[in-house]
Amino acid sequence: MKKPELLVTPIDVAHIRDLAEAGADAVMIGEQRYGLRLAGEFKREDIVEAVKVAREHNIKVYVAMNAIFHNDKVDELGDYVKFLADTGVDAIVFGDPAVLMTVREVAPHMKLHWNTETTATNWYACNYWGRKGAKRAVLAREINMDAIIEIKEHAEVEIEVQVHGMTCMFQSKRSLIGNYFEYQGKVMEIEKRKYDKGMFLYDKERDNKYPIFEDENGTHIMSPNDICIIDELEDMIDAEIDSFKIDGILHEREYITEVTKKYRLAIDLCAENREEYRKVKDQLLAEIEAIQPVHRPLDTGFFFKETVY
Amino acid sequence: MMIAKNDKISEIINGKRVIVKKPELLAPAGNLEKLKVAILYGADAVFIGGQEYGLRSNADNFTLEEIAEGVRFANKYGAKIYVTTNIYAHNENIPGLDKYLKGLEEAGVTGIIVADPLIIETARRVAPKLEVHLSTQQSLTNWKAVQFWKEEGLERVVLARETSAEEIREIKEKVDIEIEAFIHGAMCIAYSGRCVLSNHMTARDSNRGGCCQSCRWDYDLYKLDSGKEIALFDENDAPFAMSPKDLNLIQSIPKMIELGIDSLKIEGRMKSIHYVATVVSVYRKVIDAYCADPDNFVIKKEWLEELDKCANRDTAPAFFEGVPGYKEQMFGVHSKKTTYDFAGLVLDYDKETKMVTLQQRNFFKPGDEVEFFGPQIDNFTQVIEKIWDEDGNELDAARHPLQIVKFKVDKEVFPYNMMRKGH
Ligand code: SF4
Repeated sequence: MKKPELLVTPIDVAHIRDLAEAGADAVMIGEQRYGLRLAGEFKREDIVEAVKVAREHNIKVYVAMNAIFHNDKVDELGDYVKFLADTGVDAIVFGDPAVLMTVREVAPHMKLHWNTETTATNWYACNYWGRKGAKRAVLAREINMDAIIEIKEHAEVEIEVQVHGMTCMFQSKRSLIGNYFEYQGKVMEIEKRKYDKGMFLYDKERDNKYPIFEDENGTHIMSPNDICIIDELEDMIDAEIDSFKIDGILHEREYITEVTKKYRLAIDLCAENREEYRKVKDQLLAEIEAIQPVHRPLDTGFFFKETVY
Repeated sequence: MMIAKNDKISEIINGKRVIVKKPELLAPAGNLEKLKVAILYGADAVFIGGQEYGLRSNADNFTLEEIAEGVRFANKYGAKIYVTTNIYAHNENIPGLDKYLKGLEEAGVTGIIVADPLIIETARRVAPKLEVHLSTQQSLTNWKAVQFWKEEGLERVVLARETSAEEIREIKEKVDIEIEAFIHGAMCIAYSGRCVLSNHMTARDSNRGGCCQSCRWDYDLYKLDSGKEIALFDENDAPFAMSPKDLNLIQSIPKMIELGIDSLKIEGRMKSIHYVATVVSVYRKVIDAYCADPDNFVIKKEWLEELDKCANRDTAPAFFEGVPGYKEQMFGVHSKKTTYDFAGLVLDYDKETKMVTLQQRNFFKPGDEVEFFGPQIDNFTQVIEKIWDEDGNELDAARHPLQIVKFKVDKEVFPYNMMRKGH
């Protein structure tokens, strides 16, 4: 049975080695100048190293260029794409059509993955970006399992689905944390903390904690729970979804590596020995629960949840 | 003076510079009555929502018959109707789309405002007469992305609210496509299309019109330090908030006209008829005054005061004039009360007897001071004397919604003029 690729986001180059050994088939890296919400910051020299390490381990490297670009960065996109092509990365992840136009101009053979996060919600849109040049569509996290399978049935492009980790709920161009400190008159705080990780918004009514952070792309607010569907992989493996992603953003490296090992096992068993998978899947879920940080409860995201409007 | 490449903005006529490229004033309407008022008060085009495929699923939306009637009304005044069909569709929304778009084409609307490529391409295939405008839901922020959509054959793009004047100038210079930009109204604090707070907090899909404005709620900001939660606010601080002030670009209209922006858009399909009338009429006056004599133009105080009469939040210019800071957000406050209520709609006026026939829209009584406004008149105040009902019975107050009443008004008023009352 066809196995989906296991795609993970590493924290640094050394972490790529660990993840490859843990069973990752591909990694997604990049820097905040061009990419959104990455687990680690990979400058150009890190990308060169990352590709070397990946080659040694025979895994793929995808680079994020999925920021929402304003005019000021448009002119430098070509140089970056060329660099990525020369470095031999396996694909570029984009959301903004400016990246697609640039790739057509300077590296027409580069593989493209379409990933706007929230807007990949129907199979037609996935195929549309396929006709424009994308080889893969990364689905929105806000659609359910049935919709995912239906999209795969109609898809003319590869389909990637996030199976683990937190997801983005909100991106603003405004400096919302900095603005709050400024409103409080704590100007010192801005320099000290603005780019800190580890801040969260507490929502009393729902008793939820939403991680919030700022970077070059603005302010990001993340989901209060980590998705984990290690025990619910059967339908998507049967449907031959092409890639399963573990997003490690705001997690420790050991945690990401451990989770990768468990999904490696789960995917292999699910594809090769279904009975055994059914026997151990609850155990695998329990093992992840055991290493879960206290502030990050697990849930199944929108896989089994309906939204209304 | 900045001049965009593609169009001639102004010309010297009889020794005086005048604007020859006048932008479209585009207004929102949540129902037929608001649509008519928007056009009568000076909108060149109106955008409305149909029963499906538009955001704002809880606004009153138009049936196809109402859309057709709206188009007939608009045509009489040379105005255009656009329909927002800007959801990001899910698979389950695909059946029915062909029929819906054909219906819009048959109803005679000029164009649709779209975000999802599914709807863009389906419209091209089944309803080719419709213009396709790219919605702000796509968060378009750079000229190269605009170029992409131009090559896809779109007639117009609505830019992201995060674009600045300088960025718009560059986009206009590099790409020959119609640009629509927001000038007034409430807005998302997130990049449009990139916020799913409501999905997570209330299981309502914001990208299909279910947003419940979670960004307007209060939160507490903490920092996690070696497992300990540390509050990043003092007891007396207002909670963390991301509620933006409403957009108000009245001061920037001259700059926007000189940039050659093709359509100036007012937000607010959920807003009241009083809001639509007030905001449209003010911007109509600003645009007309600037275009007639740009070099001697000044913003009148009364225009600013007029806009304030229907504002239920403080306003700010947001990104057009640079990245907004904390002063363009609201902390500890959620909205303010408007200072005026809409009190009546003029149906008729008898010049001989000076009697107005008016439909009551809010409580008023003899002795109240009210204000009349509308496209044909300058605002004036009037103290109400006796009030009669349709049958000539004297009333101690106009207290029944939509009741038709008569009373004396010294200056001439016209049908669809409005009466408002301070409180
Ligand atoms: S919650 Fe706020 S920012 Fe998000 S979609 Fe709704 S109005 Fe926009």
